[in-house]
Amino acid sequence: MEASRKRARSELLDCLWEYQNQHGYIRDEDMESCSRQFDISKIELEGVISFYHFFHRRPSGRFIIYLNNSIVSEFKGFQRVREAFERETGARFGELDPGGVFGLFETSCIGLSDQEPAALINFHPFTNLNTLKVRQIIASLKQGVPVDELCDEVEDNIRYIPPGKRAVFFREYFPGNSITKLGGMKPEEVIEEINRSKLSGRGGAFFPTGLKWGLCRQQEAKPKYIVCNADEGEPGTFKDRVLMNAMPGLVLEGMAIAGYAVGAREGILYLRAEYSWMKEKLEKEAERLYRMGLLGKNAAGIEGFDFDIRLQLGAGSYVVGEETAMLNSMEGKRGEARVKQYYPIERGFLGKPTVVNNVETLCAAARIIELGAGHFLKTGTVTSPGTKLISVSGDCHQPGVYEIEYGMKVEELLKLCHADDPYYIQISGPSGECISMADKGRVLSKDDLSCGGAFMVFSKHRDILQILLNFAAFFKEESCGVCTPCRAGNFILQRKLEKIKLGLAQRSDYDDIRQWGHIMQTASRCGLGKTATNTLIKALDTFPDFFEVQQGEGLTRKFDLNKATEEYEKFKS
Amino acid sequence: MKSSKVKQKRKEPQKPKGEVTLKIDGREIKAREGQNLVQVARENDIFIPSLCYYEHIDPPLGTCRVCICEVNGKPAPACMQKVKDNMEVQVNTPEMEDTRKAIVEMMFAEGNHFCPACEKSGNCGLQHMGYEMGVSISRFPHLFKDRLIDFHPKRIIIEHNRCVKCHRCVEEVRTQEGKKVFSLCNRGNETVVGIDYEQEAKLTQEEALAAMQLCPTGAILVRGMSMAKPFGDRRFDKKSVQKEENAKKAVVEAAAKAAKEKKVIATLSLAGCFGCHMSMLDIDLGFIDLLEVVEFNKSPINDIKEFTRQCHIGLVEGGCCNSENVETLREFRKKCDILVAMGECSIWGGLPAMRNMIPLEECLEEAYLNSITTVSGEHIVPYHEDLPKILDRVYPCNEIVKIDYFIPGCPPNPEHIWKAVKNLLWGDHYSILYSEFKYD
Ligand SMILES: Cc1cc2nc3c(=O)[nH]c(=O)nc-3n(C[C@H](O)[C@H](O)[C@H](O)COP(=O)(O)O)c2cc1C
Ligand code: SF4
Ligand code: SF4
Ligand code: SF4
Ligand code: FES
Repeated sequence: MEASRKRARSELLDCLWEYQNQHGYIRDEDMESCSRQFDISKIELEGVISFYHFFHRRPSGRFIIYLNNSIVSEFKGFQRVREAFERETGARFGELDPGGVFGLFETSCIGLSDQEPAALINFHPFTNLNTLKVRQIIASLKQGVPVDELCDEVEDNIRYIPPGKRAVFFREYFPGNSITKLGGMKPEEVIEEINRSKLSGRGGAFFPTGLKWGLCRQQEAKPKYIVCNADEGEPGTFKDRVLMNAMPGLVLEGMAIAGYAVGAREGILYLRAEYSWMKEKLEKEAERLYRMGLLGKNAAGIEGFDFDIRLQLGAGSYVVGEETAMLNSMEGKRGEARVKQYYPIERGFLGKPTVVNNVETLCAAARIIELGAGHFLKTGTVTSPGTKLISVSGDCHQPGVYEIEYGMKVEELLKLCHADDPYYIQISGPSGECISMADKGRVLSKDDLSCGGAFMVFSKHRDILQILLNFAAFFKEESCGVCTPCRAGNFILQRKLEKIKLGLAQRSDYDDIRQWGHIMQTASRCGLGKTATNTLIKALDTFPDFFEVQQGEGLTRKFDLNKATEEYEKFKS
Repeated sequence: MKSSKVKQKRKEPQKPKGEVTLKIDGREIKAREGQNLVQVARENDIFIPSLCYYEHIDPPLGTCRVCICEVNGKPAPACMQKVKDNMEVQVNTPEMEDTRKAIVEMMFAEGNHFCPACEKSGNCGLQHMGYEMGVSISRFPHLFKDRLIDFHPKRIIIEHNRCVKCHRCVEEVRTQEGKKVFSLCNRGNETVVGIDYEQEAKLTQEEALAAMQLCPTGAILVRGMSMAKPFGDRRFDKKSVQKEENAKKAVVEAAAKAAKEKKVIATLSLAGCFGCHMSMLDIDLGFIDLLEVVEFNKSPINDIKEFTRQCHIGLVEGGCCNSENVETLREFRKKCDILVAMGECSIWGGLPAMRNMIPLEECLEEAYLNSITTVSGEHIVPYHEDLPKILDRVYPCNEIVKIDYFIPGCPPNPEHIWKAVKNLLWGDHYSILYSEFKYD
């Protein structure tokens, strides 16, 4: 049959990675062969390739260097490191050096905000960069030292766990301690236990996990899938990285538990390509669990419960963290958010019921099964029980991951991390909100200040406009481009911010920002566009003095005739 | 994820596809369950703007977002809704109207739309939406992003300046073998629709024409087939689709007859085509009546070259493309109490702004150095101290001086111009017919 000869579309990303890794880019021949294997037109292929930042259609060098351009990196010396890379390699950013050895590219946050500036070279991590270090790295590469020998060991930087034995995540991990508990439990009981713990999603939307699992269990369609969202693209967030690096087995057990609860046999861990350096570790851990009989056929010794886990590598896109975009990406398509006609639990991966959960959610679920919902309920507050992993970065002496109990005040966390003269704090990354020290008494919990995981501290001497411009560039770059308000709106607002920077803004420009931002919130298709202007609008309210000063005389009085005719003056002979 | 919604779906047993009653803007409407909301509204003469929505595509594309309405109290795209019993829809609230209008304005600001030079004008969905929503000026700055036109395909030409990324072509246009001919490429603000040359070559002429029809804008053109319909027969050459609304607007009061104080007008043409001035004269004999109440000072109409007094109102046609334009405009600002930008060129640059995507140097080289019509041996770019200096791009008037009012149109309808002026000068009742606003 025709259909059986072509490869399944869901293998497309893996296939493209093979070509990309083989030649450093995807050649015309590869396109030809790919288009035949998958029986799709070349433009459709081009559409997929051009969507992902890490796929190239032109030679990109033997060493592909991705330097993180997030705001924390910017404040920690990005510009100098960037120049150092250009100087040492002879390449310009966005291009190859003349010898075709080094390719330099900027990239959005790579989840190493606690050790910036950081870069990936052939997807190996290099942290705490400075001019000298860059020189040494490039010199060694030129001498033929393999990248994997040069790269840095990524620190976990676990800075805080709750006192007593209250920790949920960062306590010793013994493989199987959690999943073997399933032996005496029915799937419904597992869901009930999760419900009892009041666990809600840790990926940012806070949807009750037990409810999601229960609704998926009720679906009649088969097979069902468990997807672990390890895309962690929100700048400033790196808690999932630490969880997976410190205890890779826990998240895998969490996936199996979810599978048992909803009746799925397959789990897929969607790992962002920025975390490729953890891939081997996760695979080895999975192998270990298989060998221990905790995964695979009759997993954890439960008769009739088969559960397999595979890894899917992303290819560089923030919006793919949105669950429906992730499903598209797993199906080998452009990572565009789907229209909200069905929820993933109704029609998800390949149109089948799918649970998408964040890494932290699945780890928490595993611990709840291991320790009982009672343990979880003992920590945190009554309405927000449990602990939460917070990735702290920016102007503080102790950047890293903090396992805090819900109910901790902002000022307590600032003290714990030894923040330097904190002034502007970004909660939950660019799509979250910013607060000032007037909010230092606010409480981190679902009821007050809900935090997706990132906590970026900036001191008084940082330029708020620089922060906002960095975020605007991020959203402009990472919008999937499907819907008008987000695709055009982010671009337009970036221009507005540039106008403020030039000192040309009038009061009406601030009104515009509010109104246009609101339009994007109302009309965008997915969470990216809906949240992209949150911070911007909030900043106007939170730091009015700052913007008062920025206000200029208005564009009309700043038109500079000499500047506008400068180009023409070249023709004066 | 909304738990309540999902739960509801579970609990309620699937009703047979029967009749449902819903409310649109307070009006009770009966429809078949599961019908598309845009469709239901249309059948009941309620206009919900839409661009990407296309009856045959399911699930709907949901890309353009111009159909945003309040559904059960929450903003949501109407094209994505299947009607349900007791559904409450608000289409025409001030907020929703403004949001929809803003999205259309965003499309005009994002692309490079020069309607008077566009093959699709009059048949264009985007332009049609602009008129229906009364878009007179984009609140957003024009981005003037440089985009190429793709002439490579065999039959089709892709005009990237006009594509609104609605996905229609991506989903619908396929070869006999079922291969996609179009796909979106890149992402973010770099997103473009790409065409597969190999697959395109397999399309028949009919299929290519169907693709052109399918595209709501003038982005997909078929060689030699673009101007198929004469003026008057084009798709949107008819009356407004919003019958009731239009009727409301048609109530135009006669101009107040009271004796009027004579006012002084000045007019000016900068980087424009004089079309707006020609249009002003198009009120024919009305012009004689006009002269009883106004006096023209500096203006091309009477050829007065210098201001002789302060004027009540100044009408400016055209944007600024050279230093002389800037100086003249600044002088007008000083000499006129009210300054009005008249026509697209003065509002945002208009046709002359077609050069804004291209560096000045390239423009001049093309015009003076590489042009085949140049007299041989005279390959120089004119430059003399007496000549005005050319600006790096064409500026709308409001980027140079403060502009008080804008009269849209290319050119604006004469009735529209004079109604606006009378309103500004004597507070006459101001109401514009759809036909006066729809200038193309
Ligand atoms: C633009 C955008 C980016 C997102 N990125 C992530 C992400 O990187 N990781 C994640 O777990 N969830 C992310 N989410 C949330 C997911 O859509 C989804 O809600 C989550 O994976 C559900 O898991 P949870 O219930 O366990 O939180 C993102 C959402 C949006 C709108
Ligand atoms: S809001 Fe942005 S990211 Fe989401 S669908 Fe629209 S364009 Fe894509
Ligand atoms: S595509 Fe439509 S809106 Fe754009 S220039 Fe052509 S007619 Fe005007
Ligand atoms: S070319 Fe036309 S049909 Fe295709 S996406 Fe653009 S506007 Fe839509
Ligand atoms: S018509 Fe509804 S989103 Fe385009």
